Amino acid sequence: MATISVKQLPKTEHILPGTRSCAGCGLMLTYRHALKALDEGKTIVAVPASCMTVLHGVYPITPVKVVCINNPFAATGAAASGIVAGLNATGKTGYTVVAFAGDGGTYDIGIQALSGALERKVDFIYVCYDNEGYMNTGTQRSSASPLGAVTSTTPILAKLQHKKDMIRIVEAHDLPYIATGSPSFPFDLFDKVKFAKNVKGSRYIEVHAPCPPGWGFPNKDLVKMGKLAIEAGIHALFEIKEGRFSLTSRSLAIAKKGRKKTVADYIKGQTRFRKISPDHLAQLQDFTDKRWNELLERHFKDNP
Amino acid sequence: MGEIQIITANTAAALAAKLCRVQVVSAYPITPQTPVTEELAEMVESGALKAEYLTVESEHSALASVVAASQVGARVFTATSANGLLYMHEMLHWAAGSRAPIVMACVNRGVGAPWTILNDQQDTVSQRDTGWIQLYCRNSQEVLDSVIQAYRIAEQVQIPIMVCYDGFILSHTSTPVDVPSQEEVDRFLPPLEDRSGIDGQTAMNINPLILSDPRPNANGVVMPGYMEFRYRLQQDILGSLDTIKAADKEFLDIFGRNWDGSTWTYRMEDAEHAMVSMGSLASECTLAADSLREEGLKVGVVGVRVYRPFPASEIVESLSGMKTVTFFEKDVSYGYQGALAMDARAAMYDCSSRPAISSYVVGLGGRDVRPDQLAKATLECTKGATKFCWLDVRS
Repeated sequence: MATISVKQLPKTEHILPGTRSCAGCGLMLTYRHALKALDEGKTIVAVPASCMTVLHGVYPITPVKVVCINNPFAATGAAASGIVAGLNATGKTGYTVVAFAGDGGTYDIGIQALSGALERKVDFIYVCYDNEGYMNTGTQRSSASPLGAVTSTTPILAKLQHKKDMIRIVEAHDLPYIATGSPSFPFDLFDKVKFAKNVKGSRYIEVHAPCPPGWGFPNKDLVKMGKLAIEAGIHALFEIKEGRFSLTSRSLAIAKKGRKKTVADYIKGQTRFRKISPDHLAQLQDFTDKRWNELLERHFKDNP
Repeated sequence: MGEIQIITANTAAALAAKLCRVQVVSAYPITPQTPVTEELAEMVESGALKAEYLTVESEHSALASVVAASQVGARVFTATSANGLLYMHEMLHWAAGSRAPIVMACVNRGVGAPWTILNDQQDTVSQRDTGWIQLYCRNSQEVLDSVIQAYRIAEQVQIPIMVCYDGFILSHTSTPVDVPSQEEVDRFLPPLEDRSGIDGQTAMNINPLILSDPRPNANGVVMPGYMEFRYRLQQDILGSLDTIKAADKEFLDIFGRNWDGSTWTYRMEDAEHAMVSMGSLASECTLAADSLREEGLKVGVVGVRVYRPFPASEIVESLSGMKTVTFFEKDVSYGYQGALAMDARAAMYDCSSRPAISSYVVGLGGRDVRPDQLAKATLECTKGATKFCWLDVRS
């Protein structure tokens, strides 16, 4: 049964007030709902150097009620593998190992260790919270940054390349469960993490996590910005269960009713796109349309 | 009772890991370490060793995964060489900072570029400042015994240990090794006490962000800052010299042999001149010392088994009063000298009477080093010429 009301979500909060994340943080909202879908005490989180490290607080205080094992930037997939192996070897059963890494730690420096873990079919969930750049270190370009975005390492020309298609890379590893999510659609996200928890093998969930300081929009607009991304087709909500592709939540609704929002609608509230050229805007719209049409086609093929 | 087997140092290391009942093995293949990983894989697949084996995609991941497995309470093992060890460099610091009692076999090999697969000790010596204990072995028996001792030491002081041995010279050379029984090893090495704290209830943030200064926790108790944690590592690795010696002594009680703690000496009782070295090269120095003795020179050898923590007082004690001391080593700190000579020379400032010191860099990238070359070089140094040079560099 899909979650349709906030009353259906567990009331327990696993993240207490006083995190060090920024106001309006997309990761924070993501993590809050993901942890509600997991068992307190039986969840071990692997975290690379990232916004997540900061969210977890500065020693000796943490606001998060899980076992969190921090690891070097490139090592998340390997650290999670070691946690799973160590738990098995020492007879600690019933734990869910969840890696939480940003796009830099996933698309870029962590891709090798992630690919290794997925290829070995390690029994864990990998969540990539994609805020489209190195936001913790000051908004530098990553391979997840979109075309036309100004970052602190693409300060004048803005980014000249499209975002990497990480899902296709992950899918090439033949996983039993892959999903995307958004903090703006918490029920969808909650249901996906809950489902993933009971799947055996490597599971991958990618969350589009808007970042007010990194993208340049007011803190209060986090949920709105996340929704706009879905409605414009920049990011789509779907899941791939044993290869079967299905759009979900708002993306499924748009698939049936048609898209009303454009890339221009999405970028106008974000200062990172202040330098985008008309040519790049057109390219970004084309890229988005092509990708959306591929997803639509795949959805209706798998769900006739 | 043990059983004599004709085996290589690589097999000795793998057998030792098995006898220590390691629970998680994670490794990436690199020559000349590969047989260690292959033999452990076979033990795990055949069921002879009950362990998780991770065939990771890199050395960085090999060490990252054993650190994490160790943090959740498992006894772990890995092995590497040369560029693989260099690729682990970030994780070496992380492992020591994590206080993970990892044991790693390091099969010494020269580092690229240009590529060499042959022996020298540049790989491990370059990692001396990472907070690991480093043991250098003379022969395959010492490799086997040192791996067993290393778990005992590492788990007492919560500091990871590299057991270093020379590539090919030891790693691929079969010699008789007394392989102890499981019962003997079990008597020496108790099961790993689970200090992970993972109990299905307690929340923890392991290796979080930390500030420089101490800071109160939620109950108002002041907890250490970054510098205090690093100071503890330094104090504990310095203190581990005693643990290393004690473990070696207890090893003698159970197995009937030991490895002289941190340094060993050969014909030093009446020596006037000393040769100092590490690993199999130090064994070779004993042959050179014998031949120089035949020529009437009173030469002895000091072998450094523990390079970190540095056994400064033992070295000073052994070398005080020598007329000359000559270092031989298969590494160099580019822009200065051999690292062992540098460290020992600094320690010998405290000698009551300071010997004339010379040092040689030898045998890089597998260049053969013969006892007669060592003897000739030592002889020159006994004539009083203090020098730093490379042996056998051909024009």
